[in-house]
Amino acid sequence: MQKKEDLAKDRLLWMYTQMLRIREFEERIKRTFVEHPGVIRGHTHLGDGAEASIVGALATRSENDLAMPSYRCHGYPIVLGTSTKKMMAEIYGRKDGLCQGFGGSMHLADPAHHFPGTSGIIGQAIAHATGAALTAQVKNTGQVIYCFFGDGSSKQGAFYESLNMAAVWKLPIVYVLENNEYQVYTHVSLEDANHAAGDPLSQKAKAFSIPGVTVDGNDVLKVYEEVGKAAERARAGRGPSLIESKFYRFSAHGNAITVPPVPTQFPEHEAIETYGKKDEYAAAKAKDPILQFRTKLLGSGVLSEAENKRIEETVRAEMEEAVKFALASPFPAPEEAVKYVYA
Amino acid sequence: MPREMMYGEAIATAIVEEMKRDGDVIFYGQNLGMTEKDHMVRLFGKNRVRITPISETAEMGIAVGAAMTGLRPVVELWMSEFMLVAMDQALNEAPRLRYMTGGQVKVPLVFKAGYGFGAGWAGQHSNCIYHMMMGIPGLKVALPSTPADAKGLLTAAIRDDNPVVYLHHYMLTLDRGEVPDGDYVIPFGVADVKRAGSDVTLVATGWMVKKSLAAAEVLAKEGISVEVIDPRTIAPLDVQTIVASVKKTGRLVLVDQAPRHASVAVIIAGEVAEHGFQYLKAPVKMVTALDTSVPYSEPLEKFVLPDEDKIVRAVKAAMARQAATV
Ligand SMILES: Cc1ncc(C[n+]2csc(CCOP(=O)(O)OP(=O)(O)O)c2C)c(N)n1
Ligand SMILES: [Mg+2]
Repeated sequence: MQKKEDLAKDRLLWMYTQMLRIREFEERIKRTFVEHPGVIRGHTHLGDGAEASIVGALATRSENDLAMPSYRCHGYPIVLGTSTKKMMAEIYGRKDGLCQGFGGSMHLADPAHHFPGTSGIIGQAIAHATGAALTAQVKNTGQVIYCFFGDGSSKQGAFYESLNMAAVWKLPIVYVLENNEYQVYTHVSLEDANHAAGDPLSQKAKAFSIPGVTVDGNDVLKVYEEVGKAAERARAGRGPSLIESKFYRFSAHGNAITVPPVPTQFPEHEAIETYGKKDEYAAAKAKDPILQFRTKLLGSGVLSEAENKRIEETVRAEMEEAVKFALASPFPAPEEAVKYVYA
Repeated sequence: MPREMMYGEAIATAIVEEMKRDGDVIFYGQNLGMTEKDHMVRLFGKNRVRITPISETAEMGIAVGAAMTGLRPVVELWMSEFMLVAMDQALNEAPRLRYMTGGQVKVPLVFKAGYGFGAGWAGQHSNCIYHMMMGIPGLKVALPSTPADAKGLLTAAIRDDNPVVYLHHYMLTLDRGEVPDGDYVIPFGVADVKRAGSDVTLVATGWMVKKSLAAAEVLAKEGISVEVIDPRTIAPLDVQTIVASVKKTGRLVLVDQAPRHASVAVIIAGEVAEHGFQYLKAPVKMVTALDTSVPYSEPLEKFVLPDEDKIVRAVKAAMARQAATV
């Protein structure tokens, strides 16, 4: 893995482009609720705000490493090379979707692109990721597993049980605790013992005697550096690490929970809606990871205004195509529903 | 004076009234009582209304321990499947303790959760998992289908000295209905005849009661008189009322949102096979979800879940069978 100072221009631009792709994809999902009400059903969770954390982490991957996120899963496959058309079609419940309409937003999967799947049940996928690391160890594949989960999820038994076993077995896994300060409406201060005591959440690593670091998740290169070290350690057979990546979720937890036919929309962020903290939200937005990276790249001459415009246009066109493709895709035939019960 | 209210509102009202009546009732769960402005926190304070992390094992296990030692916890678990990560507490702790201690201990608690969200919530958030609870002696299970039942059953659940799983149906949250004022308690184990009829007995719970009533309306126009029975609690289960109805109608259609072998329908079918066989003029029909997980896409989901049309067809089949044999 290259040091962050040595990253070539095209690699930096690749990272920047991936961040824009995630943001634009999520924007189009959000717009869908307004432009095509009813097309997205159930519960959809967006990753805007997490772009630097996702891209910085996944940029350290070797070719066959796996990413195993939670239900808030759109960002990761975008970086791994999954078709955004198929992703959008899945979220629209269509036949051409990644999972042929069986899964929806929370359950995207694309094993061919190193994304084995997710869980909608909090914390449980932490154990699945740990199991993937067991496969890598038993079969000696040299893979590292990238496990992503939220601050809220770190209060689930599966987190403690999995990290303990991964530490004992020295499994090749990096645990990225995405601290976006909220679990639905609940601010981390109300439910996390470390936070309440004034400690970082990476403190939890001490319970398993593994490395635990906290990193600015709005800074893509800092995430790259810390996750990179943890991945190298894992690949060298020295076991798991816990990285607390701190950033802010820019959208509300998910679209409002309604009973059909009452339409659903994205409400205000909980900081504003529940706590009336407009300032907190504005301050977080001012640290937008994409703005920060763009400023840095423009400043260092890696990116020009013209090139930025070109990248933005390409990304916009890609996601426009994804929406068109998804809208045009047929629904699965009802009888298909019995198809995948057993292997 | 009865008051019209929404199903969701009736549930909230029952909790508030019971917390006012009994200082031992506490209420906690994820994402509630975040601030001092919260309605429940304002009424009862942060000692009795608590926010928890996403820690179902502790949330449910702490309720068991608190109940053993003098409190009456009501735990908000939001979606019934979230209980699955801590099912030991629900199935193998709470309901066992009274028995194992030779009657010395009681565990008065309520595990409250929504279920059955058939609106694109897909494989892990739409399920009906009550079958695994109804077969556990020591545990009671309530499945209200109307605002009045929601209030009366929750009040009874909170006052019950046993662990109760109280499951309210997500799709009914906004439904309106009359709810009696004051101390309104519905005893467990008493089914309710939601519509009287003479040709076919339809038994359903939760959202399926609403669908069965709609189907009964359609069938009435075609001259078929359907009796709709809602057991309201599936543990204990009021077999008597169902058998009495079958004695009258001679035909039984069971409607259940759960997959066939994980349904209340199979349990009722078994009871009627033993206690009501002599009254049956046609084979029992079961309208259940297909034996699949719940898919995301709308046409797939519709194919899997029972609906009004499927109920109408099953009732007609039960009627046709009789015509053929007479
Ligand atoms: C076992 C379980 N309990 C509760 C939920 C409901 N739930 C879904 S997302 C969520 C919040 C998760 O917060 P966090 O882990 O911080 O991730 P974020 O949403 O912030 O990315 C909760 C409580 C669930 N899905 N599973
Ligand atoms: Mg969070």
